[in-house]
Amino acid sequence: MSTHSATHPTHPLLSIRNLRVALPTSRGQVEALRGVSFEMQRGQTLGLIGESGCGKSLTALAIMGLLPNGATVSGSIALNGTELTALDDDGLCKLRGARMAMIFQEPMTALNPLHPIWKQIAEPLQLHQVMDLVSAKARALELLERVQLPRARERLDNYPHQLSGGQRQRVMISMALACKPDILIADEPTTALDVTVQKEVLGLIRQLVAEDGMGLLLISHDLGLMRDQVQRVMVMYGGTVVESAPTEALFGMRAHPYTQGLFAARPQLGLKRGTRLQTIAGNVPDIFNWPSGCAFADRCSYVKDSCRQALPQLELVPDAHKTRPDDSHWVRCPHWQKLGASV
Amino acid sequence: MKAEQTFTQHAQRAFKHRSFAAGAVIVLLLVISAAVSLFWTPYPVADIDIPNKLAAASAQHWFGTDSLGRDIASLLLVGSQNSLLVGFIAVGIGVGLGVPLGLWASAQRGWVEEVVMRAADFTFAFPALLSAILLTAIYGPGLVVSITAIGIFNIPVFARITRAAANAVWSRDFTLAAKAAGKSKWAITWEHVLPNVASVLIVQATVQFAIAILAEAALSYLGLGTQPPNPSWGRMLNEAQSQMFQAPMLAVYPGIAIALAVLGLNLMGDGLRDLLDPRLARTR
Repeated sequence: MSTHSATHPTHPLLSIRNLRVALPTSRGQVEALRGVSFEMQRGQTLGLIGESGCGKSLTALAIMGLLPNGATVSGSIALNGTELTALDDDGLCKLRGARMAMIFQEPMTALNPLHPIWKQIAEPLQLHQVMDLVSAKARALELLERVQLPRARERLDNYPHQLSGGQRQRVMISMALACKPDILIADEPTTALDVTVQKEVLGLIRQLVAEDGMGLLLISHDLGLMRDQVQRVMVMYGGTVVESAPTEALFGMRAHPYTQGLFAARPQLGLKRGTRLQTIAGNVPDIFNWPSGCAFADRCSYVKDSCRQALPQLELVPDAHKTRPDDSHWVRCPHWQKLGASV
Repeated sequence: MKAEQTFTQHAQRAFKHRSFAAGAVIVLLLVISAAVSLFWTPYPVADIDIPNKLAAASAQHWFGTDSLGRDIASLLLVGSQNSLLVGFIAVGIGVGLGVPLGLWASAQRGWVEEVVMRAADFTFAFPALLSAILLTAIYGPGLVVSITAIGIFNIPVFARITRAAANAVWSRDFTLAAKAAGKSKWAITWEHVLPNVASVLIVQATVQFAIAILAEAALSYLGLGTQPPNPSWGRMLNEAQSQMFQAPMLAVYPGIAIALAVLGLNLMGDGLRDLLDPRLARTR
């Protein structure tokens, strides 16, 4: 066991406080994350949901320290009590792949076409556990068997183009799990896969995360997928978390108008033929010109003047089902009680 | 076993590609003649035989003799050494300095990239031959100076092409995945970026090799490259010029040698471009 895995029981696994990220553009620095805060306990599974451009992936990249050059970060990201924003690149390299790992959206492009897959799985092992090539290859085989790649032994020497999308994603997962990280970040891991493979891969991730007691941060825009996958869901909009609740509670009651819209827009079985799916009118707010108040104000049918004054604070939603103190349901909307939370 | 099979497969594919096969044969001929001339030539190259000067092609002298009675065939053979040497060293200088610079610029981005690329533009702005003439004016004519001049001209060529290809590799997801696995920039450059730009560099190297041979011939023709008594194709052309009307073939033989070498390298480079590009693999 490496020294990094020393656990600090007093610290949460991951603690993010008021994370702000500004990206360089041709029109100057633009704030893309505007104060994201959340905490994640050891072994907790957390879902991050929202439409394109709301900052889901950026949050993941910020945690991994993989933001594009020139991005400015403020706020705090602490992994096991270690402040990541204060680390230099060497320090981050020691943590990436060892204590935190990431699975990407596109298994087709996330593997180097020139190296056989075992070498790519062996990379983090050689790097973080100083394994020699022979034992790294043996470990790569174990890992491939663990992710249930069929005929793993023959596949070791295969190149990425010889595998299907689902198989490649399994290889990516085995790479991410190689050093038994504390936290696994999965950025839309199944978006590029077809539906049946999607289910298998998600089931595999769920099983492996439970077996290793890892924390999982699952990023997706698919609500249905979240329901079986994570204990808690955070809804992001306009660079902030607008609602955060235990999965059960959120599927029971949505307090934020955006979350309500998101749920109303999802396709459901049993709808009458010809029924049009509901949409949320309008567009994602202009990132170059954030509204001063609630980012959702322009699309919200319950909008009041006060919504446009200042960014609303998170409010606690009382929940009858609450069993643990950290199971609280938060919403970033001051009027949620008046708009009749949809059930 | 498996590796051998794929090697024969590659070889078969390569020789089905006509321009690669033709180019490879010509280049192989060039290499063989240079190698043979190290041990054996029909006549010693420096042997002057005035009574036999400007002899026509015959069984004794395959391509005849020049104005001093030297055997043209022997001169051509030994001259190929010169061309190969210039090509290897000039491309070596270009690859050895240009590729690391390009990789560095691409890995660092920001001001490092700007500085390296503007420096490359600056060097590139001077025509290669002109800067070679400048250098020989300072350091005196000679093979070493001309090779260095051609080599320096190759550095920005390789720096630019490496940076452009490396930037394309850096934008692909697997470098991000390697970063997420904890690899440093330099490890990713070495293990992921360089192998993915290698094919581009190999193709460029063959093209630059041909250009170097041509440049050396031009410099020697101007009397700034290889100095007498060392034979060089470019110098043979220069010497043939004064006998243009008595013995026009004297200019034709080295001219053909230069043209063939350049053609062979270009055909090979062209073929390699197709063969090393996996997207074109199936269509050919």
